[in-house]
Amino acid sequence: MSGFRFLVNGAPAEVDVPGMRRLLDVLREDLGLTGTKEGCGEGECGACSVLLDGQVVDSCLVPICQVEGRIVRTVEGLSLAARERGSLDALQEAFLETGGAQCGICTPGMLMAARAYLDCGGTADDAAIREAIAGNLCRCTGYTKIVEAIAMVATPIQ
Amino acid sequence: MPSRTVARPPKTADAPADATAGALVLAPGEVAAGRADAMPRRREGPAKLTGAAKYTDDLVFPGAWYGITIRSTEPHARLVAIEPDPAMDWSKVVLVTAADIPGENIVSLISDDQPVLVPIGGEIQHVAEPVALLAAADRETLRRLKGHVKLVTEPLPPVFDSEASDHVFAHYEIATGDLQAGFADAHIVVEGEYRVGHQEQLYIEGQAMIAVPGEDGGVIIHGSLQCPYYVHKALKRALAITSVQARVIQEETGGGFGGKEEYPSMLALHAALLALKSRRTVRMIYDRHEDIAATTKRHPAIVRHRTGVTRDGRLVAQDIEVIMDGGAYSTLTPVVLSRGALHAGGPYRCPNVRIRARATRTNTPPNGAFRGFGAPQTEFAAEIQLSRVAERLGLSPAEVRARNVYRLGDTTPTGQVLRESVAAEEVLQLAVDTSGFERLRDETAKELGQRRGSGTIPEGLLRTSAARTATGVGIALAWHGAGFTGSGEVHLASVVAVELTGEGRIEILVAATEMGQGTKTIFPQLVAAELGVPQDVVDLAIPDTAHVPDSGPTVASRTAMVVGGLCIQAARRLKAEVEARHSGVPFHDAFRDDARDHGATRIEQAFEPYPGVEFDDATYRGDAYPAFGWAAAVATVEVDLDTAEVIVGDVLAVDDVGKVIHRVMCEGQVEGGTLQAVGYATIEEIKLDAGRYLNDRLATYLIPTSLDAPQIRTILVEAPFSGAPHGAKGVGELPMDVGAPAVVAAIHDAVGVWITELPATPERILAALGARDGVAAA
Repeated sequence: MSGFRFLVNGAPAEVDVPGMRRLLDVLREDLGLTGTKEGCGEGECGACSVLLDGQVVDSCLVPICQVEGRIVRTVEGLSLAARERGSLDALQEAFLETGGAQCGICTPGMLMAARAYLDCGGTADDAAIREAIAGNLCRCTGYTKIVEAIAMVATPIQ
Repeated sequence: MPSRTVARPPKTADAPADATAGALVLAPGEVAAGRADAMPRRREGPAKLTGAAKYTDDLVFPGAWYGITIRSTEPHARLVAIEPDPAMDWSKVVLVTAADIPGENIVSLISDDQPVLVPIGGEIQHVAEPVALLAAADRETLRRLKGHVKLVTEPLPPVFDSEASDHVFAHYEIATGDLQAGFADAHIVVEGEYRVGHQEQLYIEGQAMIAVPGEDGGVIIHGSLQCPYYVHKALKRALAITSVQARVIQEETGGGFGGKEEYPSMLALHAALLALKSRRTVRMIYDRHEDIAATTKRHPAIVRHRTGVTRDGRLVAQDIEVIMDGGAYSTLTPVVLSRGALHAGGPYRCPNVRIRARATRTNTPPNGAFRGFGAPQTEFAAEIQLSRVAERLGLSPAEVRARNVYRLGDTTPTGQVLRESVAAEEVLQLAVDTSGFERLRDETAKELGQRRGSGTIPEGLLRTSAARTATGVGIALAWHGAGFTGSGEVHLASVVAVELTGEGRIEILVAATEMGQGTKTIFPQLVAAELGVPQDVVDLAIPDTAHVPDSGPTVASRTAMVVGGLCIQAARRLKAEVEARHSGVPFHDAFRDDARDHGATRIEQAFEPYPGVEFDDATYRGDAYPAFGWAAAVATVEVDLDTAEVIVGDVLAVDDVGKVIHRVMCEGQVEGGTLQAVGYATIEEIKLDAGRYLNDRLATYLIPTSLDAPQIRTILVEAPFSGAPHGAKGVGELPMDVGAPAVVAAIHDAVGVWITELPATPERILAALGARDGVAAA
């Protein structure tokens, strides 16, 4: 057993756990970041999506030993600046506005996938947005209002 | 997607129906007359969007133990003994068997046939049936020991064929007119057999329950659930504890769709038994595999139709047989079957009808509640049957529907006269006109004509050199009874409370739960509008059986209609009482002073039967539902001509919900229900082998992704129900009834074959094409 050090939402973290412990469990149980959800535990549903060095990953499939020295971003760190103001960021606002969150269990993962898409300059193109969130299952919305929310804050199509 | 709302004044039988008179079409974002002032944002939305919302598995209870379930691996057997391996160390775990159950070994629901755990000497009735429970301080210990509890059994012969099973959970016969005379009048008789399989609810948050032993010998349950008082009742009975000792708190719930209606009673009992024996808090959180393998599914069904029509397309006889597979225990099967039977004819006038329905036991995991509750199964059959009738008559499927659809004053097979709120014609017309259905149909017919015989198979409809895919368009229409069936609401006798607190706030106390559909938002919205106060002075109590009255289960699309209606009535009485104390000063000016001077005022409102609504449960005659919601869908599909893969491109959904309370959330229900129906139609399938689900993981049970989802456009229609103070009829289940038949009709339109078994997989489509063209499928 050895310690693993990495950055979570801008703050340094160190955990002394077995190297094969899932990043999902480290976040939820060791660091108390329960915003990241477990939906299937086998990389199918995307509920546990987080950003690892800016890339979307299923945290149920990432052993903590692969996270050493890297940057993790979870839903709790999605909008640190906005949260300090006591408000939501533009993407969260858009989800609230369009009704993109219903039961909310897929929402944190969906937001992370959307964030990665937007950070890469993703446009408001319907097909591109659907492609970007295809790894994140939602059983409530039919996806329509999620796509609408992401399009609201994406780069307008030229 | 663009959407709009169609509102219209209420119509009664005294004022003859005119489908378009008074129709008001609103642009997106506009507010219909008489609606609450403002459309609020989802109350718990910010917490869900920041990760702050706490679902059951997010709750931290220091020192809590973990619980797991030892399950049967046989479909039918006698349990002789439970033998923990003596070579293992059992000192650090608690083992619970049926012998530890202090009360009755029954999961209390409709019948008393399902044990909490199979007792020694009892019968195992299905694979994955709970037999014993283990709890320990850490999951590793449980993992190590789980495989070392030996179940000694004697195998018994299993039954897997619902039609051959002689154990009948429930049966109904609904008849009207003279069937023989009806068939004698018919110019054409069409027969058909339809089959639908299991469907998994697949809420993304799995079943989750935490039990905390109470100091009074009772137990406090925190869980993901739809019906706090169902769990409460089950705890009292099996644990032999009082109403006060049993306490159930619903935590944030990540989807239900019916899947958290009855199963949470079982899971709460398991967690509670472990908690009581270990004297510790016990967490039972199912992983996805266990959740799919062990919890309820939508009932598979076989539906047979024999339909008589006149040359001009009038239905004169419907003879319908429904057989549902209940699985191993009755759970909610009698009421699922009842709703399925009552909807089996579809929303059409027919003078001579016989509907015979039965549900039987098989040695498979129990089937239960899932959005639509029996109606999606029978309405799929009814709609495909009617489209096949249209084909035989050479009529458009829209036309044959228009000629038979229920109108105001028509009588249903139970003898119910549709006295008001009948919007079937209107939703049909809107769907046809808005989608340009007939024009699309002409275009696809032209395509099909060009393709016919151009490929390698003479007269064949598959691959040609010109086209890789075929386009098709399909339509379906449905009705959905609002609220509980028959006398259900009278028996439930729901109670809500609205309180003006001593602090000058308004609190709503109901057992209705939020699981994504919007309860937490629309109840304060309705009450604030009634009282004329800002929405932010209205609070909704946490559904905790220690504090809220029993306003009934959160099922049957009854929450906005029935419970919401009761909240409005309670608010109305509160307003009157406070205004009376203040010489008629409006409530919004008086309530703060009233609270200060007079203290709290609590109004309880109990359900009173809707005027003139009567049903006889014994004869199945009368008003099966106080009102019906009406839905139409037009789907367009592309079918790959090499692989028969189906892509559902667009769905236009038109739904009459009585009253739109919150446009965005109402559309959300329609869109989500539509996609579940598209999944049901195309990809969602459970395969069984000897009573075991083969694809019991999310890697093998597929639900639609964003790429599988069609563009969904929603039109909301408002034909209010006069018995509810706001006119709402519910929305949750309505879209689930129409999506699958619309998609399957579109597949027929594209490739010329009827798929009569769901889901319409490429394998089934190729087989049907092969049979049609006289060649074996590839």
